[in-house]
Amino acid sequence: MYPDYMAESLRKVAQTRSKRLELAKKTEPVYPPMNAEERQAVLEGFHPDYESSARRTVRVGPNKGETLTTEVSELLESHSWLRSEQVDLKKPDFETDLLIIGGGGAGCNAALVAMQEHGMRSIIATKLRMGDANSMMSQGGMQAAVSRTDSPTRHYLDAIGGGHFENKPELVRALTEDGPGVVKWLEDLGVVWDKEQDGSMKVMHGGGTSRKRMLSCRDYTGAMIMRTLMDEVRNHPDMIDIKEFMPAVELIMDDKGRCAGAILYSMDSEEFFVVKAKSTLIATGGYGRLHIRGFDTTNHYGSTGDGLVMAYRAGAKLMYMDSVQYHPTGVSFPEQIAGFLVTEAIRGAGGQPLNKDGELFVFPREPRDIEASAIIRECVQNGGGIPTPSGRVGVWLDSPLIDMLHGEGYTEKHFPAMYRQFIRYGIDIAKLPMLIYPSLHYQNGGIEINERCETDIPGLYVAGEATGGLHGRNRLMGNSVLDYNVFGRRAGRYAGEYAKTVKLGKLSLDHLDSYEKELANAGVKTDLVTPVLLPSYAPKDVKKRQLLRGNNVLPGASVLQNRLFDERPDA
Amino acid sequence: MGITAGTTKNLSASLADEKKRVAEQRLITVYIMGKAYEVPAEATIMGAIEYAGHQIIRGAGCREGYCGACATIYRLPGDYKIRTGLACMTLAEEGMTLAQIPSVPAEKAIYDIEKLKPNVSAIQQMYPSVFRCVACNTCTRSCPQGLQVMDYVQAAKRGDIATVMDLSFDCVVCGLCMLRCPAEITQPLMAIMAKRLYGRYLRQDSPELAERVKAVEEGVYEAEYAELMSMSREDLSKRYYARDTE
Repeated sequence: MYPDYMAESLRKVAQTRSKRLELAKKTEPVYPPMNAEERQAVLEGFHPDYESSARRTVRVGPNKGETLTTEVSELLESHSWLRSEQVDLKKPDFETDLLIIGGGGAGCNAALVAMQEHGMRSIIATKLRMGDANSMMSQGGMQAAVSRTDSPTRHYLDAIGGGHFENKPELVRALTEDGPGVVKWLEDLGVVWDKEQDGSMKVMHGGGTSRKRMLSCRDYTGAMIMRTLMDEVRNHPDMIDIKEFMPAVELIMDDKGRCAGAILYSMDSEEFFVVKAKSTLIATGGYGRLHIRGFDTTNHYGSTGDGLVMAYRAGAKLMYMDSVQYHPTGVSFPEQIAGFLVTEAIRGAGGQPLNKDGELFVFPREPRDIEASAIIRECVQNGGGIPTPSGRVGVWLDSPLIDMLHGEGYTEKHFPAMYRQFIRYGIDIAKLPMLIYPSLHYQNGGIEINERCETDIPGLYVAGEATGGLHGRNRLMGNSVLDYNVFGRRAGRYAGEYAKTVKLGKLSLDHLDSYEKELANAGVKTDLVTPVLLPSYAPKDVKKRQLLRGNNVLPGASVLQNRLFDERPDA
Repeated sequence: MGITAGTTKNLSASLADEKKRVAEQRLITVYIMGKAYEVPAEATIMGAIEYAGHQIIRGAGCREGYCGACATIYRLPGDYKIRTGLACMTLAEEGMTLAQIPSVPAEKAIYDIEKLKPNVSAIQQMYPSVFRCVACNTCTRSCPQGLQVMDYVQAAKRGDIATVMDLSFDCVVCGLCMLRCPAEITQPLMAIMAKRLYGRYLRQDSPELAERVKAVEEGVYEAEYAELMSMSREDLSKRYYARDTE
């Protein structure tokens, strides 16, 4: 239940509701959408990326001299878990055609396609369990231009406008053109899409869509897709070898500068394993658990940007790593679920963001960066926010409108996950609004790829959230689910094809030594060891006591050091 | 909360505040795998385990109730009942004694969906244990999602794939039902197969989807893509802001 002091504000929301319901029933927008100038102004004034300390120059690596998100620069200016001379590459522990790093949606798609189209075997190495990925958590849906009023080219225009015209055109084309085929592929694997009575796909609006294009599986869209893909992957144990709790910590190269596999680390036994692979796919997802700028995050436990740093050390270039996506509607209260995602589909179905006086202050379906900035502006500049007992702030997202627009029971039926999440705390979202604030959601940039998922490094492929270029500096809702399906499949196709012909040379980790030298030459002093693998949520005093374990040498102490990075006096 | 240097300053500055906050916090005692810890009264079970200083490796995934990694069993003082919940979603309570069950042993059937039929035969072939159900309803009572698990097991026995799909739609595969089931049925795994059978065979086909896939294959959008991709940023921007909305 909401604390008593919010009652006055809740009463105002209820008072203005009937008038706002009338607005919502009309075809015109309930609040004027922003033009290009207004968008730019709200971004520059209030988007967290534009704060002065949000970005800094990176001093080493392929993007040296560029301005990146501060936490990303920190992540890249770090030491490896490994020293090349300590690793014996002569006798690999495992060999395979395609090594897939990451057991989310992109990885599963790639393994299936490489097997079906090229007869290639894969190893999927993943940090936690299969499917412990943001892919599993997507609620609201997947964009794909399937309805008769829509077209793939219209989807292209929406995506590239939402990304402020900075997206790589060939990637956006691949995304939007492959979209309808992906819907069919998933349906034939057994994904249960929401449908209308006549069998046509149920479509909804998302932020920045000019046509209703959001396909869904209730509000368990990602879970439905992910469980179907995982189940199919597990139907082929002879072709796809799954290694859980075994994240990659470095890539292996060969003497001709091609990627030739990776070193895996067992979370259980703390051993390292050498995997030799003809081609390698990074499908490690994003970085929400780095809690950039101290924000709460919607992301799963293992989203620590591992693929970024491994690829960067090996020489792959990053793109748009100065841009972070904050989802406009993360939970602000109750504290136990703070930061959790409130699907954009709530606004797609008619939910409205409101200030403490129950007034609209932004069009509910602006692209995400615009919507999030407008919410921050309302709280920071206009004082329209509602403070929470734990020191957060939020605005209302008026969900009771949804039942009023679509009929009683609609919210509970179509948003069962959302309903469940709040009813546990005595908040019935069909009767009361939710208190929300932007939450760290998505890595807009990443490792630069082309439409074949290729990088600067032969044999190294990347797909999904780990890539950069597709979404420009702002992704639209529903394009990430489509992304991991489209580019996961493409990665399987092209990495599988490449694996058929490549003859690898001598394996090498020399790139780690060069990177260490570059760090030293640039005068970087840090005790950060990456990939980070897992965040720590131990209280500060517990961390301090953990620090007492002395004289640890790398890599055994890496996990501990990463956890304590912010506590070390000389860091 | 942050783990990188970007937040170092804020963190050390807020350390005093945090201590103050901790001091004001009401604490309760919970028993994590037998050992007592003092944790904040408002914490979730997952929050309590982390507050106690454990680094969870198994037993945490999405942390938002979608992935089923954090299945937990617990008892409350003075109550004989074994209760179940997701650690990320369930609040800790005074005197709670708990253990996480991050993995439940279960064998997934290996099958070719193209060779199965969407009726009782698939259940008989792949998950025959379903027919051992004694209708005790323990599965339903143990489901942290509040699903009617026994009802979908009964539907599976009748070969009613559509009902299995509908009732198991929100299953997060935490495995608590199959752990508690006296007939040792693997309900969530069977339900995944049933959902796939529904999607593959029993769905109503969408005519416009087939048409659109065909149009893409035939290159219907080639010319329009070529035009959009060759436009200057200014022209593209004009086209974007002038587009109509459904």
